[in-house]
Amino acid sequence: MGAEVVIEGLTKSFGKQAIWRDVTLTLPPGEVSVMLGPSGTGKSVFLKSMIGLLKPDRGKCVVNGVDIVQCSEHKLYETRKLFGVLFQDGALFGSMNLYDNVAFPLREHTKKSETEIRKIVLEKLEMTGLKGAETKLPGEISGGMRKRAGLARALVLDPEIILCDEPDSGLDPVRTAYLSQLLIDLNAQIDATILIVTHNINVARTVPDNIGMLFRKELVMFGPREVLLTSDEPVVEQFLNGRRIGPIGMSEEKDSAQMAMEQEMADAGHHDGSTEDVRGVVPQLQPTPGLPERQGVRRRKDRVMKILHTLPPAAQEGIIESLTPEEQRRYGVQPHAYAGAQHATRPVASGSTPSRHSGELPTENIAQLPDSGWNGPAPRPQPGTGGPRHQSPRPGQGGA
Amino acid sequence: MTAGASTARFPGIGMLRETGKLFALGLDVGRGIFQRPFQLREFIQQSWFIASVTILPTALVAIPFGAVISLQFGSLARQLGAQSYTGAGSVLATVQQASPLVTALLVAGAGGSAICADIGARTIREEIDAMEVLGVSAVQRLIVPRVLACMLVALLLNGMVSVIGVLGGYFFNVVLQDGTPGAYLASFSALAQLPDLWVGEIKALIFGFIAAVVASYRGLHPPPGPKGVGDAVNQSVVITFLLLFVVNFVITLIYLQIVPTKLG
Ligand SMILES: Nc1ncnc2c1ncn2[C@@H]1O[C@H](COP(=O)(O)OP(=O)(O)O)[C@@H](O)[C@H]1O
Ligand SMILES: [Mg+2]
Repeated sequence: MGAEVVIEGLTKSFGKQAIWRDVTLTLPPGEVSVMLGPSGTGKSVFLKSMIGLLKPDRGKCVVNGVDIVQCSEHKLYETRKLFGVLFQDGALFGSMNLYDNVAFPLREHTKKSETEIRKIVLEKLEMTGLKGAETKLPGEISGGMRKRAGLARALVLDPEIILCDEPDSGLDPVRTAYLSQLLIDLNAQIDATILIVTHNINVARTVPDNIGMLFRKELVMFGPREVLLTSDEPVVEQFLNGRRIGPIGMSEEKDSAQMAMEQEMADAGHHDGSTEDVRGVVPQLQPTPGLPERQGVRRRKDRVMKILHTLPPAAQEGIIESLTPEEQRRYGVQPHAYAGAQHATRPVASGSTPSRHSGELPTENIAQLPDSGWNGPAPRPQPGTGGPRHQSPRPGQGGA
Repeated sequence: MTAGASTARFPGIGMLRETGKLFALGLDVGRGIFQRPFQLREFIQQSWFIASVTILPTALVAIPFGAVISLQFGSLARQLGAQSYTGAGSVLATVQQASPLVTALLVAGAGGSAICADIGARTIREEIDAMEVLGVSAVQRLIVPRVLACMLVALLLNGMVSVIGVLGGYFFNVVLQDGTPGAYLASFSALAQLPDLWVGEIKALIFGFIAAVVASYRGLHPPPGPKGVGDAVNQSVVITFLLLFVVNFVITLIYLQIVPTKLG
């Protein structure tokens, strides 16, 4: 099972320029997570801070009990061996051909013979569709190939955590789809924890188990995919739909005058740039038939069902609908029943969201997450509705 | 690799911080030299590379350098009626001062700029980050072999410049200034002594170290943006020149204090 990454109160600034502050999230072991965010919000900086390439001002990033931010250099190098990182442009060593690039970690860190190394390297190159290109230099291949070679190199040490910085940027939609499938297949095969940083909406909708979003120097939210995909948070909505109307502007922040003007133009019939409404939970990408089932999915199901009643109603609905009828019976939930439950702060047995449920895995196999709810957006005034803001206590806390 | 989060602010703090980081890198390199595994392949490749970019220019610079010294010194000595010391004078000047400086200029200008451009390109292509993330220390893997290679090449170049300088001096003195070959050679040991050669070689080693560390430092931390690496190379050469001349001055002073000159 992949390692768990717990990030608490991480804050980073360059000189006076704050990049983001108080980012708190947990990457559940063996699950695929996506971090969304407009360009320049510090997604790459976030990845680099997670692996100790940049030093955050404050906060913790704990992997296997080691705090990357504070630990000794020796520990840092040891812990980094758990990571496989795909950099934005592949970051291949320009002076080595693809074969040597992919063999590099093996030669540095293992005592394997060249025959064994050859076997592993060729396997990873084949996996990423680079068979036959072993002798090419990084300067001689396309950006997409460089990216895949970078991924192959990140995989040779069988990492427990895989970080990908914009695996889709510079790739055409077809290659992006292949890469998404590759990541899901990988997860099914080695059960690694995966974090993908991207601004590709399609990847965000179909690949991950969990989605987070960085905006205006903050983590807007992080939680099960259904929460973000059904969110009515303006930033999230705008981003998912690629619209101009909303808080995200060409520059980092938009002022209210511009927002009002754009709204006016849109009301007058000017097209706002979006293609179609792509909100809502879409089916998740499945591993290629023949591969083992993803362990993370089962663990996540138990985990999410445990915190189900703390999620927004739309997300609850999305989650319940994604279950098979059999699973719905097992967890004791039914679709379209959330309307009655959403007012109950502590759901009773008849509601759709039991306060206690029996997952299909024994407790020790369920991800134990400190604070494993979702990090909701800061409450904002809701004109008129005054709907519930999901403050219900977590199981075990409210006392039963 | 880390961005300082200190809040102290006064004029010159930036320069102090950079200097501190430069020293830290120097210390890291010093420590890395003794850490295993030693990157023999990289060391040999780099030695070959640095030698190949410096040998020809060094030879070309060394000949006129030796000639100028010997011409100047020769005419001065003749005016003072000390022709018999011409050979000794040029050897002393060449071995002790000129050759370490010529070496330094070329190691910094040709070797250092090549190192800085190479490391800088790797930095902006995130190769250095990738290496660190693969659990391999870039200082140990890339910088240490380059520093050692630079020191080795500086040592060799220094020897080469000394030889070429002395030969050039001989040629110009004997052929152009009608000096006698016998007197030129005989006076070698009148003023010069073996420690002169050693201090020249020690200087060359130190210069090689400084040039490589400064070049690597600027390469690892280039200014942001596409112009960054170019600027870094430029700065590394200028900084190295300044440092080398200061260090040369200090070493020469110390040497003259410690080692008694031959004729008192
Ligand atoms: N080494 C650095 N020094 C100073 N500022 C930086 C550095 N790296 C990134 N930044 C700044 O951090 C911000 C976020 O950058 P980045 O993480 O690359 O954004 P993205 O979300 O597009 O990946 C940018 O405004 C950039 O200028
Ligand atoms: Mg980026």
